[in-house]
Amino acid sequence: MSTRLATGGTRIDRSQRLGFTWDGQPLQGFAGDTLASALLANNQVLVGRSFKYHRPRGVVAAGPEEPNALVGLGTGGSFEPNARATTTALADGMLVASQNAWPGLAHDVGVVNGWLSRFLRAGFYYKTFLWPRAFWKRLYEPAIRRAAGLGRAPDRADADRYEYLYLHADVLVAGGGIAGLAAAREAAQAGLRVLLIEQEACWGGRAATDGVTVDGKPAADWVAGTVAELQAMETVTLRLRTTVTGVHDHGFVTALEAADAGPRQRLWRIRARHIVAATGAIERPLPFAQNDRPGVMLAGAVRDYAVHYAVSPGDRTVVVTNNDDAYRTAIALREAGLTVPAILDARLRVEGALPERARAMGIPIKPGHAVAGSVGRGRVEGVAVCVQAGEGAVLETIPCEAVAMSGGWSPTVHLWSQAGGKLRWDAAQLLFRPDPARPPIGADGAAIVTAAGAANGVLPAGDCLEDGVAAGRAAAKALGAKPQTGKAATAAAPEEAPIEAVWCMPQGAPPALRDKIWLDFQNDVTMSDVALAAREGYESVEHAKRYTTLGMATDQGKLSNIGGLAVLAEARGATIPEIGTTTFRPPFTPVTLGAIGGEARGALFKPTRKTAMDGWHDANGAVWEPVADWRRPFCYRKPGETVDQAVAREVRNTRRNLGILDASTLGKILVTGPDAGRFVDTLYTNRMSTLKPGRCRYGLMCNENGFLFDDGVVARIDDHSFLCHTTSGGSDHVHAWMEEWLQTEWWDWQVYTANLTEQFAQIAVVGPQARAVLEALGGIDLSADALPFMGWTEGTLAGIPARVFRISFSGELSFEIAVPAAHGQALWDRLMAAGAAHAIAPYGTEALHIMRAEKGFIMIGDETDGTVTPQDLGLDWAVSKKKDDFLGKRAQARADLTRPDRWRLVGLQTLDPRTRLPDGAHAVDGTVLPTGIRRTIGRVTSTYMSPTLDRSIALGLVERGPERIGEVIRFADGRGHIEARIVDPVFYDPQGERQNG
Amino acid sequence: MAEAMTALGGAATEGAIRVAEAPPTGMIALRADLSTRAVGKAVKEATGIALPRALRIETAKDRSVAWMAPDEVLVFCPWEKAAGLAADLSEGLGDTPHLVADMSSARALIDLSGPGWREVLAKGTPVDLAPGAFGPGDFRRTRLGQVAVAIWASGPERAHLICFRSVAGFVFDWLSMAAARDSLPGLWR
Repeated sequence: MSTRLATGGTRIDRSQRLGFTWDGQPLQGFAGDTLASALLANNQVLVGRSFKYHRPRGVVAAGPEEPNALVGLGTGGSFEPNARATTTALADGMLVASQNAWPGLAHDVGVVNGWLSRFLRAGFYYKTFLWPRAFWKRLYEPAIRRAAGLGRAPDRADADRYEYLYLHADVLVAGGGIAGLAAAREAAQAGLRVLLIEQEACWGGRAATDGVTVDGKPAADWVAGTVAELQAMETVTLRLRTTVTGVHDHGFVTALEAADAGPRQRLWRIRARHIVAATGAIERPLPFAQNDRPGVMLAGAVRDYAVHYAVSPGDRTVVVTNNDDAYRTAIALREAGLTVPAILDARLRVEGALPERARAMGIPIKPGHAVAGSVGRGRVEGVAVCVQAGEGAVLETIPCEAVAMSGGWSPTVHLWSQAGGKLRWDAAQLLFRPDPARPPIGADGAAIVTAAGAANGVLPAGDCLEDGVAAGRAAAKALGAKPQTGKAATAAAPEEAPIEAVWCMPQGAPPALRDKIWLDFQNDVTMSDVALAAREGYESVEHAKRYTTLGMATDQGKLSNIGGLAVLAEARGATIPEIGTTTFRPPFTPVTLGAIGGEARGALFKPTRKTAMDGWHDANGAVWEPVADWRRPFCYRKPGETVDQAVAREVRNTRRNLGILDASTLGKILVTGPDAGRFVDTLYTNRMSTLKPGRCRYGLMCNENGFLFDDGVVARIDDHSFLCHTTSGGSDHVHAWMEEWLQTEWWDWQVYTANLTEQFAQIAVVGPQARAVLEALGGIDLSADALPFMGWTEGTLAGIPARVFRISFSGELSFEIAVPAAHGQALWDRLMAAGAAHAIAPYGTEALHIMRAEKGFIMIGDETDGTVTPQDLGLDWAVSKKKDDFLGKRAQARADLTRPDRWRLVGLQTLDPRTRLPDGAHAVDGTVLPTGIRRTIGRVTSTYMSPTLDRSIALGLVERGPERIGEVIRFADGRGHIEARIVDPVFYDPQGERQNG
Repeated sequence: MAEAMTALGGAATEGAIRVAEAPPTGMIALRADLSTRAVGKAVKEATGIALPRALRIETAKDRSVAWMAPDEVLVFCPWEKAAGLAADLSEGLGDTPHLVADMSSARALIDLSGPGWREVLAKGTPVDLAPGAFGPGDFRRTRLGQVAVAIWASGPERAHLICFRSVAGFVFDWLSMAAARDSLPGLWR
């Protein structure tokens, strides 16, 4: 069994006990434990089930490469699925649950998949479930999805908080091992701003564990000294428990921090001028049969658990290796008082310094030997030994509780590769390493990433530190700083003899063994699966990956990559570099959706724009409607009223008495300068430059394709200035549109624009009593003579500086009053008070829409959809025939926009006045197209029950519509039809007399 | 005249830093060719302040001039002086093509006090806020979370932010959250 050793553990604090539960079972660990070390210390070797076959799986690694130990953390709103136990710090009271097993981890009914494994080979779902076709969606897919999978999705809203952090650095160093520390120190000493980020909870990487010395002293001393030195520098920021997840273009780097206080996680968004990738290396498993059995672990991980956390993997650990590094594990275990029954070394010659030390300690070494298979029920109980050169004939079975395997180390090249850096194959060390001749490049064409240390393929500790120093100096130089040139610290570690290639153990393993050699533990991909894919023609590494799902699990193939490539290479008779690697994409480790969302949730999910009178509306029954990013009252409900009743009341009261509308959201853009007239003439379809100061004109804006995209009233302020009103949703777009033309095409025109939308609160005072209430406020002469229709004036109204526009979107006598937003509520209050005598009532957007539809006025976004021209809407009168040019003029002359059968605006009256046409309903003419669908000849664009006319009304676009007034056409409504008569779009007051009061 | 109402009614909150809406403040947008002598002269005469360099805000007495764009500055002054100052600026510029607009109501001004203001803002704005990179007098138009803002510092423990009036509530809520006690990342101390 695995257990806690009585002494030792460099990272744990035995004075602080932490309680946690594992599938309901109460367990204890120490402060400093990871969840994985705490589970192992409690003999929890079985930690999960595999994705496809539900095979029992144990902890394999001690870092972010862990494929198996994925667990559910917490409960309710704090539940997090798929948390990696090896990178999760143990916390007191932690609730931990196993995943992908039902009813329990030890007795999982899904394990039946194992019997079916011969049918679940690579690509099985492309082959097995093809017929009958209908079964896929209903039966096969749901069944497979239920059986496969990882943690369950949380069923509550996340109770935690997340945030972003933006940071800039000259040099970002990813990885706080000795190479990263050395690089950071060199860059900082050159006067640069340095950000050093380490994913683990302590500095120094593997050096301290692996017995490295620096300048003759233990590496840990040098690490502590260097960290202290860096911490004392103001230009250096250091951060632990933060993982660099992605290096993107132009030095944009993302990192995920497990925060100590405040938010649960913080997503760092970093701009770095240069990046040093000192991310170390990841150990590779060895490919032997049953290498997925719980108790089989990476040799480095076994060493980490023993040294850092004082965890014994079991009394007896067999070490199996093809390199010298694994001997450190055997030595560490012996030093901890545990037994190593044998070191099975696939190499025939074993003579390095580390093997000699192991030999001297009395550890039996078996050169040329290999594992034929692990044995045991559930977890490891022993290994069957064979010779590496053979086919797996078992020589003996060595009883043991754990197997420590090492297939060599692969540099963690992810960050180098993500941004486009290329790799080269190092045949001596058997690894892909960054090719310095083909680095990721920045905007200036220079390298933006420098790899350092093990990540650069420099594995021996002594060279690793030197490489870090060189990387730091290179980074400083690349940024134009002056790095130090003197001798830096030197590290020393025992010489290591060369690794030997072992891509299959034993090398002649027959298919029966290869079926049980796991490459990808999480996605259940075996050596046979990859070989099968190659035989079936999936020779490209990218194809083989997708066909077998090798490397597509949440660990993204951190352990399986090279092993898979080697099998593909063998099957194709090619070399590993000829096969090449798959693409490394961000993120390096999974990032939670919570962190990606950041603070943008709940009330901060999206900004809501509010007018100066928003609080009043809210307190007076407003039913809100989103209008672009604004919220506007749809209507104001009185107690006991339905929304429909409120809307009808608002329309009737406005037409009979007096209505008041918050029109502040309308866009207001000031256009001024000597060329302003020329500019507005080009923007609008009609001529605006002839407008006299004090007058207003309705205008249309089209894009280059001739389609209408915004409309509004333009007021001429003075000789040089126009105030352009836009739709509520269009103000930012129209302003940007103006600036784009001014900055890119007509940069020599003397015109300036300013978006004044937010400066003014605008209130529409509408209805027969409109003038009376304004006269009661006093201050400006608003008589018909002083302010005729489509005129504007300014002055002081009720003591507030105001501009009054006599314009109407309802057909009634109407004034729109603009005042500084700081006085908007004051004016509203005064209008409400003075209007009480005239039955004043506020109205919302729906009443506004009904009244404009009764008048046949178009609404951008209802009658237009980006494919509608002014001519389609019968607005030819607002399109100048005399102007030489305006935006959209040429397009409007194109054949498609002038053809006579275009859909054009009409009014629609249902034959039954109580029936309202559905919004968007299509008109059909009874013919069926060759495609089998009914031919449509129009659609409804606006449809309402009109309280004024006491019947339904609608506007629509109908083929040759205006030529067909009086005709009855049919609109599809579900399976039936609604009949409507085509009429003039102006339903109410066609003479336009009411707006004169 | 009625009393001016700011967007937030002077709301304030105390967390890791203090976030408080400033009293009504005059703000005048001026757009013109800033490279011409006439513009610099008119601004200097009206405000007593020389045109600021790019990305800077200059202050003298109760006025400030902030660089908004290569052809735009924003002039700050006491609320009640805005209309007069706008007229002065326009008059001073005479025939020089320009746009002057009183924008005093268009924006909310929020003051941040406390040494943690850099870290609060760094949670939402991509500006480089490190002490050596952004100090008193530096001015940036940027974004905070999802909305456009401009920020500047007036001292080691004091910064200011303007945003459009309609999103002032959102920005205040955002700042309140970002300034929650014990939530600062501890970058610059």
